Amino acid sequence: MIYDEFSPSRTRRTLTAGGRTLRALGLDGPLTGVLALIVSIGVLVVYSASGQNLRMVEHHLMNIAVAVTALIAIAKFATPQYLRILSPFAYLIGVLLIIVVDVTGHIGKGAQRWLDLGLIRFQPSEIMKLAVPMMCAWYMQERPLPPNFRDLSMMALLIAIPTALVVIQPDLGTALLIAASGLIVMLLAGLAVRIMLISIPLLGAAAWAAWHFVHDYQRQRVLMFLNPQSDPLGAGYHIIQSQIAIGSGGVFGKGYMNGSQAQLEFLPERSTDFIFAVIGEEFGLLGQLLVLALYGFVIARALYMAMQGQDTFARLTGGAIALGFFVYVFVNSGMVSGILPVVGVPLPLISYGGTSMVTLLAGFGILMSLHSHRKLIGS
Amino acid sequence: MLDRVRIKDHWGEQRIFTTRSIVAGAIVAALLLAVASRLFYLQVLRHDYYAELSQGNRVRIDPIPPSRGLILDRNGVVLAENLPAFQLELVREQVGPQAQVDASLARLVDIGLLDAEEIGAIRRTLLSHHVYESVPIKLQLNDEEMARFAVHRHEFTGIDIRARLSRHYPLGAFAVHALGYVAAISEQDLKRIDATDYAGTTLIGKLGVEGAYEEELHGTAGYREVLVNAAGRPVLRQGAFTPKLETQQPVAGADLILSIDARVQRAAEEGLAGLRGAVVAIDPRSGDVIALASTPEFDPNGFARGLSNKQYDELQNDADKPLINRALRGAYPPGSTVKPFYALAALRYGVMTPERTIFCPGYFTLPGSTHLFRDWKKTGHGLISMRGAIAQSCDVYFYNVAERLGIDRMHEFMSAFGFGDATGIDIPGEKPGLMPSAEWKRRTYKRAADQVWFAGETISVGIGQGYMLATPLQLAHATAVMAARGRSFKPRLVTGVRAPGSNLVTRRAAVPEKTVSEVTADEWNVIIEGMEEVTAPGGTAGREMIGTPYKVAGKTGSAQVFTIGQNEKYNEKELSERMLDHALFVSFAPAEDPRLAVAVFVENGRHGASTAAPIARKLFDAYLLPDRPASQVGTP
Repeated sequence: MIYDEFSPSRTRRTLTAGGRTLRALGLDGPLTGVLALIVSIGVLVVYSASGQNLRMVEHHLMNIAVAVTALIAIAKFATPQYLRILSPFAYLIGVLLIIVVDVTGHIGKGAQRWLDLGLIRFQPSEIMKLAVPMMCAWYMQERPLPPNFRDLSMMALLIAIPTALVVIQPDLGTALLIAASGLIVMLLAGLAVRIMLISIPLLGAAAWAAWHFVHDYQRQRVLMFLNPQSDPLGAGYHIIQSQIAIGSGGVFGKGYMNGSQAQLEFLPERSTDFIFAVIGEEFGLLGQLLVLALYGFVIARALYMAMQGQDTFARLTGGAIALGFFVYVFVNSGMVSGILPVVGVPLPLISYGGTSMVTLLAGFGILMSLHSHRKLIGS
Repeated sequence: MLDRVRIKDHWGEQRIFTTRSIVAGAIVAALLLAVASRLFYLQVLRHDYYAELSQGNRVRIDPIPPSRGLILDRNGVVLAENLPAFQLELVREQVGPQAQVDASLARLVDIGLLDAEEIGAIRRTLLSHHVYESVPIKLQLNDEEMARFAVHRHEFTGIDIRARLSRHYPLGAFAVHALGYVAAISEQDLKRIDATDYAGTTLIGKLGVEGAYEEELHGTAGYREVLVNAAGRPVLRQGAFTPKLETQQPVAGADLILSIDARVQRAAEEGLAGLRGAVVAIDPRSGDVIALASTPEFDPNGFARGLSNKQYDELQNDADKPLINRALRGAYPPGSTVKPFYALAALRYGVMTPERTIFCPGYFTLPGSTHLFRDWKKTGHGLISMRGAIAQSCDVYFYNVAERLGIDRMHEFMSAFGFGDATGIDIPGEKPGLMPSAEWKRRTYKRAADQVWFAGETISVGIGQGYMLATPLQLAHATAVMAARGRSFKPRLVTGVRAPGSNLVTRRAAVPEKTVSEVTADEWNVIIEGMEEVTAPGGTAGREMIGTPYKVAGKTGSAQVFTIGQNEKYNEKELSERMLDHALFVSFAPAEDPRLAVAVFVENGRHGASTAAPIARKLFDAYLLPDRPASQVGTP
């Protein structure tokens, strides 16, 4: 019965050379196509947003090349068995690297997020966006669902350790995404509704505690989000300029490479965290809705693929990748349009910046590997 | 151990995951819709608001200052113009890091272009500007300084000489008290001007014609829309595009044509050279001020380029008060120069006839008083008639006239000639002088004892002393009215306005004032004949006007600075220079058809005839004998 479900798509794939290539590489056609479209849009927007800086575009293309290579390699060679074995090692190595970065950063007396390996620099915290959900999924794979209290406590600990280590870097945005990716696994695993209800006041208390724990500038960001006009030249500047860029774009935008807010540098972080405002200014409401629609498709397709997973590890990992991607999209677009506070989260697959590009595409590689290496029931 | 007991239900687990995924998908859809709604709100509902903010961000309005109008004399000699002034300017980002900027400034001190004390102030100024702005660090370079910089130019990057238009007075101090000057806009100026029209302008007219006609001279500022980036730096392109921006050209100020004749003005200033005093010459047929000089003078170019505090203090504290316009603001006792006017009043009110003689014993006493009013001639003039009294300047005759007229009739008659009231000349700062009356004294003094007008006070006013004060301008104006036999015009300096960049001159009509009436032609003749006798042999100024091809009607005068006691003798040698009498001379020529009325005033000049009259003669020569070589006219 399930075999029937697969046969039409299999027939289609055999029809074209492209289809055969995709299948040989273990890639999902629709998902790959839309991801490619989003990445291409990103290249065009980075060219405009960087002030037509060809060096930056070159660098961006190199990042994409690395990320695409990672995606294909993982989708083809990282079979579910390997992924399962690798999960705890990735988690442990990731935590150790974050500790190394934290310690050197402390010695260097400043925010330290990067690990410099000479040839490449990367943020170990980015690895945790994948390693944490995979670790949680690995932990749950042999245990019956829904998780009991002990399982939940264990997962909470697995999430809390890297999150706390990243918060003290301090990198609130990444910490938020790491925590979210782990929580998603807990929710998808069947976290009881009554526990969710109980934890709301607990989270409130935690937020209150965090308020006293986080850095001054992070507190400032939240206050500015609540009232950006109170400091138009300081912390509120980002939010105000971003909304001016989006609002002045109107329905159709000012035209490619003609957004005054972006081109004349009124918009800060225009190639990275605030690139969604550049899309709004130059391509208008239509451009932004198109990008959101593409993201929506990616999330839906990824969730659909996760649902087809044949075991707990595949389903939970896939679901966490799909919804983690959504958290990325929502936090960034919400921040840029002024409905969420400013946290340093890039617009996935479009913002300039290598680490997030690689982790995101590597995540989709894992998803595709899990999906393409299913065993056909009955064969 | 407990885990082992729990059984994995694969179908159940898949069901949980599917349900949860579908719920999650719904939440994802709802949140994406929330973002989309927010975008709709920003881009559709609030678009106009944000579009305006965005426009305000990117476009800066840069003012373009208008070029100030020129000032010309009646024959077209340029008195004020705009010239490029050379200044040293520095662009920080072109020089390099701050250490490099400091090194360059230090080097400029080494080669003597900057003072070491200025460096602190210059650094502050530089730091208050954007790194890409060109900031003046030394104004008004002279040729020698420009040459010195040129020699060392290769040592500097980001520092260069730039030319900016500045006000320039080609003849220096020439006619400065008529022209006024321009200087930096002050806080007080800002209150009366439209700030947008002066954006980009640094200088504003102060005093004189520059001050009074500021509106005409200034013109209208233009503006230029400039595309700027977030750092405020002007840029040409917005991303891949060059946007269309508007420019509104400024309208230059109008040129002013003065009534001043540079030749006559030159004569006046040469006459006053080395003296403290004032000369005003007026055309009695129109009220045109042909010359207006006050000495000492000062160079107005200094104010345009900006004086240091020390330089300004020096001018301000100079004992000779060069900044004071004595022609308008110097109110002095007019002395004997007012005698012709009182003589006319005596005829008008019938208290004297031209032929009636009075015996002058050298002094005068009021009935019932022993107070002696002395004549300047100790031995007296003997029997003297009106013409003779004017020619000889007999004080006793005019003591009698004053006694018979009484102060109130004197006040009434003299007011018609402008005494005691500002003439209304078209430049600011004029003092009204003082023509006293009994009513004036009542009004002015508080104590009842001081409010009483004494008969003796009338006698002093009768020879232009006592309370009476007049400015040189008032004297010139009154003399012009005398010359025109009662016809009066408001004195003026600006006779025409030339539209910017054209030859279209709008002439301003002379402004007639109330005529002195109820005086017959014969009565005018008597007085003018008396004034002609002043310059004839035997008159008080007979020697000074010998050989003029035109006939001069005049009156000498001297005014006491120092009051001598009843039984003291006036001894010039014992008085310090600044206690000496002021010298005055009022006159007009040609007497039969007057074209120029001149009042000369010299502080501590002692004798009207010997000090002041020769200066008047220079003016008449310059104005009435234009064929005489005027080698120096109009050259600085």
